[in-house]
Amino acid sequence: MTKSGYFSFRPSKTLQFLIAGLLLLSITACSTKPSEESGSAGVTASGDQTEPITIEYWQYEFPAKVELINALIQEFETEHPNIKVKQTNFPYDQYNQKVATLVPAGKGPDVINLYYGWLPKYVQSGYLQPLPESSFPGIAEAFFPFVDTAKLNGSYYALPTGVRTLGLFYNKDLFTKAGLDPDKPPTTWEELVSDAKALTETDKNGQLVTEGFAWEPGSQLHHWFRDGLLYQAGGKDTSEDRRKILWKDTPAGLEAFKYLVDFATMHKVGINGFYTDDANAFKTGHAAINVDGSYRLGSIKKDAPDLNFAVAPLPGYKGKSTQASFWANAIPANVTGEKLEAATAFLQFLISKGVQEQWVEKVGELPAQKEVALQDKYVNDPLLGPFISQLNDANAHFFIDETQERTLFVNAVDEVMLNHVPEEQAFNDLVTKTQKLYDDYWAKQDKKK
Amino acid sequence: MRTTGVIPSRPKRRLWFGSGIGRLNYRHKQRLFIYGGLLIPLIYFVVIRILPILYSFNVSFREWGMLSTDKPFVGFDNYATLLSDPLFLKSLVNTGIYVVVGVPAQLIAGLIVALLLQQVVKLRGLFRTAYFIPYVTSVVAVSWIFRWLLMKNGIVNALFIELGLGPQSFLYSPTQAIFWIIAVMVWQNIGFQMLIFLAGLQNIPKLYYEAAAIDGATGWQRFVHITIPLLNPVMLLSVVMASIGFLQSFTQVLNMTGGGPLDSTISVVLHIYNLAFKSFDMGLASAATVILFVIIFMLTLVQLKVLGSRFQQE
Repeated sequence: MTKSGYFSFRPSKTLQFLIAGLLLLSITACSTKPSEESGSAGVTASGDQTEPITIEYWQYEFPAKVELINALIQEFETEHPNIKVKQTNFPYDQYNQKVATLVPAGKGPDVINLYYGWLPKYVQSGYLQPLPESSFPGIAEAFFPFVDTAKLNGSYYALPTGVRTLGLFYNKDLFTKAGLDPDKPPTTWEELVSDAKALTETDKNGQLVTEGFAWEPGSQLHHWFRDGLLYQAGGKDTSEDRRKILWKDTPAGLEAFKYLVDFATMHKVGINGFYTDDANAFKTGHAAINVDGSYRLGSIKKDAPDLNFAVAPLPGYKGKSTQASFWANAIPANVTGEKLEAATAFLQFLISKGVQEQWVEKVGELPAQKEVALQDKYVNDPLLGPFISQLNDANAHFFIDETQERTLFVNAVDEVMLNHVPEEQAFNDLVTKTQKLYDDYWAKQDKKK
Repeated sequence: MRTTGVIPSRPKRRLWFGSGIGRLNYRHKQRLFIYGGLLIPLIYFVVIRILPILYSFNVSFREWGMLSTDKPFVGFDNYATLLSDPLFLKSLVNTGIYVVVGVPAQLIAGLIVALLLQQVVKLRGLFRTAYFIPYVTSVVAVSWIFRWLLMKNGIVNALFIELGLGPQSFLYSPTQAIFWIIAVMVWQNIGFQMLIFLAGLQNIPKLYYEAAAIDGATGWQRFVHITIPLLNPVMLLSVVMASIGFLQSFTQVLNMTGGGPLDSTISVVLHIYNLAFKSFDMGLASAATVILFVIIFMLTLVQLKVLGSRFQQE
């Protein structure tokens, strides 16, 4: 009897293993919970004046920014002897991965530097807290209009120290070589096309030797379309509530799209992948004109110090417009009590006039506040001036998902280029697909409420 | 009923040294050592490899926002979303192409090189090293070098134009790009494949070839009837390894085309990467991971069954 009873249940090796695995799984599943509590630890220490509070600042590894922040931290700590700031950096490629893995483990920062395009995702994830209004009054008046992008659900979640806009980089030597006046960059859509044609050079096989206009939709041109060309042609990016893509609501959208694609298809003044990408083609003197951001000034200085180039505002059409983008500083949701006070003080410091001025000089990004940017010393600078002069007309479009939105745009252009789909059809497809991305996002948002 | 009498205890066998240590005899110590030695890697393996896999099953059934504290259970929603997502389906099809084209190409190329190397006596080491170097080179570096070689105004196109073939789009062509990426992967893996085949070839006794030669078998017959069957166990290993490798295509794709043009090269793993670290949707990404895991698991089982049984019959 006992014998048969003993043998009746004999789990197979696999089953034993699975059971063991499931038990272990349930243990780990339980252990992930308590991480929330760690954030509130700072509150209990309140009242103790002698012990300084340490807050952590995260940003990605960009040498000029890291060095400057280190210097700024010293400055801040002398002003606030009871606060210590610790800077942590991650490589740009791994930045989101680090946030994704470290923050849920309770190792988050108290002030974090984020690309503005990521903000909706971060806010949707419940990761950020709105900035306390009492500590940051009058944002709308002090900053350039594009800072509105950081306003979600009615409150500001992040503020930038510096911003970048798009401008027209052009190679003066190639202008001279083509018989154009190097002091007269194109100022209208038409001039840009005719100059680009004059600057383009091909060999006996019909292969491009010099691009008149560097054409790389995946780099900056998709931004140029949304915040430059579209507005210049009289259109608008999205509705006020950011739910509807308005590219198709006026003829401006298709006109802008056609204008951009025609450089490659009709005028044949540029191709994608020329000398790997547009920035590289321009730096090596193989592209005459390139639409790129102000941050490129630094890398040209470093990689191609002898390049004889100048910068101009983006050519206009019916109106003027350029794209602005920025890295903004935000406070994670789990920062409370004294840490929140310290984080607020540090953020106030980061957007102060003195810091913004150092930021222009050492990092090369433009001041985000009107009062700082519109000083003569910046407006009259030959390289910075063209970017500054555009700040008032700058738009920073709202992103749902930067990668997906860019891929959709690049795919629409590729449909025309590679599959010879009519421009209008590719454009309509693009609007439909982008709108679906927005609809899905907002549906999820609404469900949460 | 059997009655058990008292068995007189045998005098304990003692070792000539260390007889006092914890009353353990030699066999016990030996076992302790062996199990201890086995247990440490096992614990490591379970914690580092198995648990995350099981954990990702858990994640795949939740709406797992990257940073949100609320991770509601949504059942098979993520799987349903994926299977109705044309981009995921496209990445599945592409991954199929990577495997179906890549695996045979890699095996054949590796076998040819190994067979040729076997015939060579002089400079054998040099050739072997030359073929093996790509395998130990950084994948990212290799991808970028080929991206540079294959750009529209690159060296390869200059050569094509010289030869009168006309310029090619290479990585900018939705029909060509995937095959160029496969070509780079195969090129990089030839060295490893060659090494495995060389080891396999060396294990085939010369006797068989000599006997076949006496019987008047041609070179081709010897290859088909001796070399191929006896290489079967090595081939089985290669097929399984290469399939898993191509199913996990990622680094070359990310660095050479980023999945484009027109999503023609996107692989499942690249899609997972985008879902997880660009769109921050860990739930969807985990579901895709689980799907890939199941595919790899099933495919490997089938390969072991089909190819393995053939080997046993031989």
